[in-house]
Amino acid sequence: MGEKRPRSFYFLAAFFTAYVLFLYGPMFAIYILSFQGPDGGLTFPMNGVSLVWFGKVFSGSGIVDIGASFKRSLQLGLVVMLLTVVLSVSAGLAFRRSFRGASFLFYVAIASLIMPSIITSLGIALEFRLLDDFIIKSGATSWTTAMGLFTSGLGAHLTWTLPFGLLIMFAIFNRFDGRLEEAARDLGATPWQTFRHVVLPIILPSVVGIGLFGFTLSWDELARSSQTIGSVNTLPLDLQGLTTTVTKPDIYALGTLTSAVSFLVIFLALVVILVLQARQRRHGSDAGKGMV
Amino acid sequence: MKQHRKTFVAWLQAAPMMLVFALFFLLPLLFVTVVSAWDYNEYEMIPAFSLRGYSDTFEGCIAELPSLCTILKTYLNTLKLCLLTWALTLLIGFTVAYFLAFHVRSKTWQIVLTLLCTIPFWTSNVIRMIAWIPLLGRNGLVNRGLEGVGLIRQPLEWLLFSEFSVVLALVHLFTFFMVVPIFNSMIRIDKRLIEASYDAGATGWQTLLNVIIPLAKPGIVIGSIFVITIVMGDFVTIGVMGGQQIASAGKIIEARLNALQFPAAAANAVILLGVTILIISALTRVVDIRKEL
Repeated sequence: MGEKRPRSFYFLAAFFTAYVLFLYGPMFAIYILSFQGPDGGLTFPMNGVSLVWFGKVFSGSGIVDIGASFKRSLQLGLVVMLLTVVLSVSAGLAFRRSFRGASFLFYVAIASLIMPSIITSLGIALEFRLLDDFIIKSGATSWTTAMGLFTSGLGAHLTWTLPFGLLIMFAIFNRFDGRLEEAARDLGATPWQTFRHVVLPIILPSVVGIGLFGFTLSWDELARSSQTIGSVNTLPLDLQGLTTTVTKPDIYALGTLTSAVSFLVIFLALVVILVLQARQRRHGSDAGKGMV
Repeated sequence: MKQHRKTFVAWLQAAPMMLVFALFFLLPLLFVTVVSAWDYNEYEMIPAFSLRGYSDTFEGCIAELPSLCTILKTYLNTLKLCLLTWALTLLIGFTVAYFLAFHVRSKTWQIVLTLLCTIPFWTSNVIRMIAWIPLLGRNGLVNRGLEGVGLIRQPLEWLLFSEFSVVLALVHLFTFFMVVPIFNSMIRIDKRLIEASYDAGATGWQTLLNVIIPLAKPGIVIGSIFVITIVMGDFVTIGVMGGQQIASAGKIIEARLNALQFPAAAANAVILLGVTILIISALTRVVDIRKEL
């Protein structure tokens, strides 16, 4: 510090500021416009200020049943979050030892991450269609479909969230000091005790991060859901549908509400992470504090 | 014996994730490949070998020579959008990552600013697309502003629902995928190498070109793979921001699906997959991904 900043710093700082404005500017434009007065349109200027458009969204008048898809997206997001956390932590632990198929699983996860979503979505849709055909042909004539929010939809979301979870676990364990576990083992802890009382408390802030990715990625997921959700819609699908039909600011109100949920979740996760980290610093090490 | 048990436990720990990928990723890919070689009629797929999905896709490609058939035109257009988006995200992403990695000195600020770049990624893509409407529309801020200062008389029509707005939205949405891996590579560069470069008399540009860029190459390649695969398969952004008027590789698949022509959709998916794999394998020639994580 105190050292004079080079000229390039100011140029790059300005560039960065411009980038952040580019990122947030448009979003804030629609948050503001969602408070448009009753006669206001889709663009500036504001024609008065009101909550009319939020009321329209809540009463569901005019547009599709938003309340139901809101609830569906929330439920699916929570289930995806939970499964992403559990499966990623479990697999992350596995990758610390060598096991058969480790590199295969790694490459499959990467492939799933970068696979164009429409292909994954189409594949899952085909899989369930063929399954339905098979069940009907085997005699269950009243069978409709196995496709649904918590079957094909859930699977589609997991192909998107699990790779992120696994990569975060890799990042965690790259920095993890294995000697802590050895110490626990030497003191007679069982593998479960070592995990529960040593490993988990240390990695917990990052695990919350995995949960954050799990929920938000599912909450906003669109491309992979498009063919796999079945007859009902999630919130992003409804939103996308509205882009072609709606000419009133209620779509902005819906966007603001959706974002509010995202921001709330992000905020909660960050607070939890900060609290956990602060607690770790307080309880982390008693070295040099003498005998207790 | 003990070792044996340990690997078994590890295998059990990884099994649930493997199962999910097997059921919802590998098996579906297999079905895409198989169904792409099935026959179909107006309303259903017929499990009999046929290359109709492919021949329908390439219809007219030889007959119409030397002019390009629909599928080739669409792919060329997708590649064009892809290339534009790639160049812009790389330029912006590299600059942002460079600023964060080398010019932000306090760790806390680095985390705060990185978070600032990440938060939009955790919010909805569709909303971030819609967000451009009040700015770029006929009566949007940009047109009003330009009219206000007298630069234009009539609103610019190409600002929204055009290739311009598609690329703008793609850059807006996906620069994040460049920033993170490039930042990750840069942060691991030994600062002494940069000092050594300056001490040896290199200018800032020379250091950038000969030291930093080569060492940040893995991040650049990983970011490029993300951006390119996303744009190649995209149908949502191109759909919404192109006003459903611009064709792309992903949108062909969507259109076939809407027409319930599953084998044709699958054939197009296989073609898209092939093109994507070609691009990725060319890129991974440059760098070993596994080593970089």
